[in-house]
Amino acid sequence: MAGIGGAETTGRKARWAVLNVVVVVYALFPVLWIVSLSFKTKETLADGNFIPREWTLDNYTSIFSTTEFVRALVNSIGIAVIATAIAVVFGTMAAYAIARLDFPGKRVLVGISLLVSMFPQISLISPLFEIERTLGLFDTWPGLILPYITFGLPLAIYTLSAFFREIPWELEKAAKMDGATPGQAFRRVIAPLAAPGVFTTAILVFIFCWNDFLFAISLTSTENSRTVPVALSFFTGSSQFEDPTGSIAAAAVVITIPIILFVLFFQRRIVAGLTSGAVKG
Amino acid sequence: MAEIVLDKVSKQYPDGAVAVRDVDIEIADGEFIILVGPSGCGKSTTLNMIAGLEDITSGELRIGGERVNERAPKDRDIAMVFQSYALYPHMTVKENMAFPLRLAKVDNATVEKKVRDAAEILDLSQHLDRKPANLSGGQRQRVAMGRAIVRSPKAFLMDEPLSNLDAKLRVQMRTSVSRLQKQLGTTMVYVTHDQTEAMTLGDRVVVMRGGAVQQVGAPQYLYDHPANLFVAGFIGSPSMNFVPAALEGGAVRSPLGEVPLTDRVRGLLSAADAPREVIMGLRPEHFEDARLVDDGVRAHGVTFSSHVDVLESMGSDKYAYFSLSGEQATSAELAELAADAGSSDVPGGGVSLVTRLSAASTATEGEQAEIWFDADKVQLFDPGTGANLTYSGD
Repeated sequence: MAGIGGAETTGRKARWAVLNVVVVVYALFPVLWIVSLSFKTKETLADGNFIPREWTLDNYTSIFSTTEFVRALVNSIGIAVIATAIAVVFGTMAAYAIARLDFPGKRVLVGISLLVSMFPQISLISPLFEIERTLGLFDTWPGLILPYITFGLPLAIYTLSAFFREIPWELEKAAKMDGATPGQAFRRVIAPLAAPGVFTTAILVFIFCWNDFLFAISLTSTENSRTVPVALSFFTGSSQFEDPTGSIAAAAVVITIPIILFVLFFQRRIVAGLTSGAVKG
Repeated sequence: MAEIVLDKVSKQYPDGAVAVRDVDIEIADGEFIILVGPSGCGKSTTLNMIAGLEDITSGELRIGGERVNERAPKDRDIAMVFQSYALYPHMTVKENMAFPLRLAKVDNATVEKKVRDAAEILDLSQHLDRKPANLSGGQRQRVAMGRAIVRSPKAFLMDEPLSNLDAKLRVQMRTSVSRLQKQLGTTMVYVTHDQTEAMTLGDRVVVMRGGAVQQVGAPQYLYDHPANLFVAGFIGSPSMNFVPAALEGGAVRSPLGEVPLTDRVRGLLSAADAPREVIMGLRPEHFEDARLVDDGVRAHGVTFSSHVDVLESMGSDKYAYFSLSGEQATSAELAELAADAGSSDVPGGGVSLVTRLSAASTATEGEQAEIWFDADKVQLFDPGTGANLTYSGD
């Protein structure tokens, strides 16, 4: 029996392994191809080889030698980090209130925030463009941070209220009985338990801000606030007839790195099942 | 340590629903008091109001002689054990137990000592560095109690602390809760829906129904002298038998035969202005196999003969079940009790009767049996108000 069972699991494991490899290759192949392109020289760019025949770092040095890209990278990081921080802080407060308190207009609030997140962004571009020009926000950091918060906040509220709802309310009551003030109860009991949710939300909002192209291209006009996805589209070769493929590939690789770092850094804090053992037997 | 006084305490929710109505309880210093009743009777709300987790709508709550209505839970100096234990999952057992002391800014050495002492009492010493997720249900329950006792509070509040444990462990923990309370001598308010816990644990029991206190008293007193149908039916397992009956002259006519009334009962009945139709209540242990009763004793009771439906031998006793023809006794209280026990939808034509006979009884399943019961133990209730007509109220 055990032998047969063992064989069965080995077979199943093998099948899963094959399936996983297929999915991973399918998902990562374009990424790997971009990486490969970024290391190719101009001459070998279109040779169709996966492994570059001649390795070069020219593409990387060239993009970092232009202020166009470096400046855009600074803009991207700054805008995304600020927007994420604000959205997560306010999202945490709102989500806690939604999960814990019963206040008039709660359903309306949740409904509106859902509505905002479902709103087609493209339809907002022209009014936003006009508003920001009038207010002097056009082509500034706040000009991008504000719309990012608008769309990041509903996302944050939704994800976080789900996390807060999972934290047993009795823990807070227990903390109160143990002599904690509401502030202490939140800081020492609720916040540590909500941390995975906060980090998950931060990752999601950051990725949204980092990847945005639509707002960034419509509401910016100079290096002043242009983010990397937009800057990429403005890359040109040294002449009109030259293709900037190599530099675009290199830049694409570079802007993927912060996302990977961000996820890796916060992933360690996302411990599933942290609340297990709190309640029931 | 302190006494707790509830003075006409009520709780009304904003939607108008009244959860607790005019509760008056005086809990003496060091007393172990049980709040018991079916779900939704307001016992947990009462406990939460004592704890400060719910606001008191009207009335006054005094702990140690001081009004505490407006005080936050942390300023009342009472500890609570929750039904779900509510352990902090990100802290070890030690940190969980030390948490109230840390909040009170107690110095490290004292914290260490108090936690160690509590762990000793609760037999948790070898688990201090584990997280709640790695503990068994019984251990978690003990950690929750440990967190309550380290602070030496004025009173302990326990909200069905044993209901998440399996039956065997519950019996074991029941005795240790009782021992712990005696050892510490701290006032304890204990909420349960289990009448066995209520009977075995407390110095006094408060029976609640629909937000109102039905009766307060020592377990044995409630058992012997229930104030109404509800208390009579709730306390005791198996519960009291209820049979519809009618008062006729100096006797009670019932499906079990005519029961003569003693002078004491007759006096009480006339004082209570009793209706003609009543409900007769009889505890299972007041029945006996007629063959085992001496003739002298037999004269004090009533003998009837019926068909034994089911006979359960428990070794020490035999439980004989009968079903009598006639209408079932009906009242709002009995309907509520049946709903709480989940037996309201069990089809039962006629009156069913549970009797506890001694092991020597020769009653056999499916045969006729002669059963005797003590007429002096009969309790009569008013079906309309539920009041016990044979209860003198002293």
